[in-house]
Amino acid sequence: MGGGIRKFIENAGWPRIIIGLFLLSLYIAAPFVNVRVLSSLSDTLVRVGMNGVLVLAMVPMVQSGCGLNFGLPLGIIAGLLGAVTSIQFQVKGLAGFGFAMLVALPIAAALGFFYAQILNRVKGEEMMIATYVGFSSVAVMCMAWLLLPFNSPVMIWGYGGSGLRTTISTEGYWRHVLSDFLAFGSDTGAFYFPTGMFIFFFLMLFLVWAFFRTKTGTAVTAVGSNPEFARASGVDVNRMRTISVMLSTVLGAMGILIYEQSFGFIQLYMGPLYMAFPAVAAILLGGASVNKATMTNVVAGTFLFQGILTMTPSVINSLLQSDMSEVIRIIVSNGMILYALTRKTQVKR
Amino acid sequence: MAKDEPLLRMESVGKEFFGNRVLADVSFSLGHGEILGLVGENGAGKSTLMNILFGMPVIAGTGGYEGKVFFEGKEARFSSPFDAIDAGVGMVHQEFSLLPGFTVTENILLNRESTKYNPLVEIFGGRIKTLDRQDMRRRAESAISEIGFSIDPMMLASEMPVGHKQFTEIAREIDRKNTKLLVLDEPTAVLAESEAEILIQSLRGISKKGISIIFISHRLQEVVDLCGKILVLRDGRIVSETRPGETDVFRIASQMVGRNVETAPSHRPPRGDTETILEAERLWVDMPGETVREATFSVQKGEIFGIGGLAGQGKLGIANGIMGLFAAGGSVKVKGRNVRLNDPAHSLSHDIAFVSEDRRGVGLLLEESIDWNMAFTAMQVQDKFVRKLLGGLLKWRDNEAMRAAAQEYIEGLDIKCTSHKQRAVELSGGNQQKVCLAKAFVVSPDILFVSEPTRGIDVGAKKLVLDTLRRVNEERGTTIIITSSELEELRSICDRIAIVDNGRVIGIRPATDPAAEFGLLMVGSDAAVSDPVIVGGED
Repeated sequence: MGGGIRKFIENAGWPRIIIGLFLLSLYIAAPFVNVRVLSSLSDTLVRVGMNGVLVLAMVPMVQSGCGLNFGLPLGIIAGLLGAVTSIQFQVKGLAGFGFAMLVALPIAAALGFFYAQILNRVKGEEMMIATYVGFSSVAVMCMAWLLLPFNSPVMIWGYGGSGLRTTISTEGYWRHVLSDFLAFGSDTGAFYFPTGMFIFFFLMLFLVWAFFRTKTGTAVTAVGSNPEFARASGVDVNRMRTISVMLSTVLGAMGILIYEQSFGFIQLYMGPLYMAFPAVAAILLGGASVNKATMTNVVAGTFLFQGILTMTPSVINSLLQSDMSEVIRIIVSNGMILYALTRKTQVKR
Repeated sequence: MAKDEPLLRMESVGKEFFGNRVLADVSFSLGHGEILGLVGENGAGKSTLMNILFGMPVIAGTGGYEGKVFFEGKEARFSSPFDAIDAGVGMVHQEFSLLPGFTVTENILLNRESTKYNPLVEIFGGRIKTLDRQDMRRRAESAISEIGFSIDPMMLASEMPVGHKQFTEIAREIDRKNTKLLVLDEPTAVLAESEAEILIQSLRGISKKGISIIFISHRLQEVVDLCGKILVLRDGRIVSETRPGETDVFRIASQMVGRNVETAPSHRPPRGDTETILEAERLWVDMPGETVREATFSVQKGEIFGIGGLAGQGKLGIANGIMGLFAAGGSVKVKGRNVRLNDPAHSLSHDIAFVSEDRRGVGLLLEESIDWNMAFTAMQVQDKFVRKLLGGLLKWRDNEAMRAAAQEYIEGLDIKCTSHKQRAVELSGGNQQKVCLAKAFVVSPDILFVSEPTRGIDVGAKKLVLDTLRRVNEERGTTIIITSSELEELRSICDRIAIVDNGRVIGIRPATDPAAEFGLLMVGSDAAVSDPVIVGGED
């Protein structure tokens, strides 16, 4: 029995166990400070569904040795373009959501391809470059959102008559189309489970898992593990990296669409700027390293990270009578990134 | 006592690296002003011996050494190179340790500069004294002239030819007032013949002043010419201690390479068929440290072909070049078909497999499991371990087939591991090497390149690896090309052996030729290359 526990601790790793226990203690403490556990749990689950695919977008690049996808904003921009296009053409409901996907994916694939060409030229420095690719693409799009010829009255600035607004509601288009699919909850509204969103999340998890079970996926993993070995086995290293970066970018585009349909708003301009950091922190919290990530890492990491994010504001604030939530959130997310990056040097010797 | 006691005395010094014995029972002494020649093959233990003498941290970091070292009659156990320098041991390394942007003078006097007083010293202490450039220059010049060579003392190290760098390093050791013992590790390897001559002359002069010298070189003629005493090291043991009058280059060469010159190599029956399977013509490979300049040779089907030579001469570059891992040119034909160089996938498509000398860097996926390591190349190149789904659209990895194949090789090669899922990084060197071999066997190649198959593994595993190679050659008819620094190993398994020197194949001899013959080829002594024509395998 003792051996079983030790093995569990070894597999899960201390950081996850500590954070997990912390999260558990927050749930236990919640009733005592008048926070409803059931609605907190349902908040956590909604957030997991919203962010899951964005976290999953880290996996292909991590596996191919391109490091953490700090360039996630690039994929998100493709998703945003899909979203605003579907609203422009007034496609509503599930069809609208599907249409947004259809527009976003080819854009994401194309952007991912160019992104990969940059990353292939800076081997060893991917994460730093990726961060700047993300930031600068956001800056470019800040101009583009103003200039692109969208003219649907629900999206453009009221006073000027042109240029997209910073926040656009998906209400009446495809808000909650996935979340509400087969959703269930308590009659009082305290508990709500977004079934459709989770079905989609797990479908994506399955597809990515399946990709890494194929011959190509195996080659991508080997490239991440030892590019010299892969090259000596006749694998085109740059091609495998390109595939992984495109896949990550496409997942980023899908991820933001899931996020928006649940959140109810499309956030343009500076919105995507810091989206990469929570996703990076979540997957690291889930136990991934900078060159190895699994589906379990994604699920565990998203749940732990979003759990902390939901529970700290309500519970800690009630306990301390002051607003500490943001501070704790920053410490947790950036601390995790820092922790994982220092571990990288250890792995690489 | 002081005069009778030799300057340096070693008593049964030994050293193990992780259970791998590299030095055993080394005892010798070196008198004042004496020149000792230290010769041996790569890996014979010369560098380790010098590292012990010099107190290199790598020795203490791996468990220290056995035996005793006496310096000037007192037992010396230098804990760092600084201690050794303070005691009067000077070392000129194979790699140049000069600062490229500094002048000759600055390099020679680094950290021992002549200084002048200035008022700031009163406030900040001695470290702020200004340099006395004139005196420094004078000292540098005198140190240089002591070697008997002329270098401009104001020249930048980065702009100097390699020969000058070597002399600068020696001048630096000479300038130390208390240097009593000078260790030179292959000082002439980078020098032109005339420069080497000057160096030999100056070393004689230095020794006359009472400074003892340990001279490590592969150029045996120089050793015989210069040294008063010659130590031959092989497999970490001293196999002979002679004086130049009692020996000659030929005898030293055979002592270096052979356990016994008359040891019979594997007596394989002469091979009947003479079909050529691989032809390399004017192959060049730009592999750092192992440049191949112009290699021409051909290998026959079913043969075990050896490639030998000293480190850095280019023997390792040949296999790496043919496999497309380093930039290469020239022509390579396999079974009559041209191999497109610089494209590993194309090389592999000729049913060639490669076991790299760089096991951890190229040979293994350290972070992945054993079955992945073994199956990966075959999967990518030949679509083995792949189940085709949806009419071939999806190539699904067949974990079950991978497990079965891994299991088979784990048992067949006696790989010690917990299961086929153990990560390669956790295995010992010998077992890692077996995994690398299994990876190549899984491909069922027609030609198998194996580089340094026994480097860094223990004796038992060595035998198993070589036996396995021979078995595969006999049972499957695989042509095997082995690159190794250990000549004896090549002679025990190969049919023919090519010796590479300075990026060229300078001779191909049947393995049955005497070891001394190969030894002389390796050290580039022209005397042995009486017949530079490439000898065929059938005689």
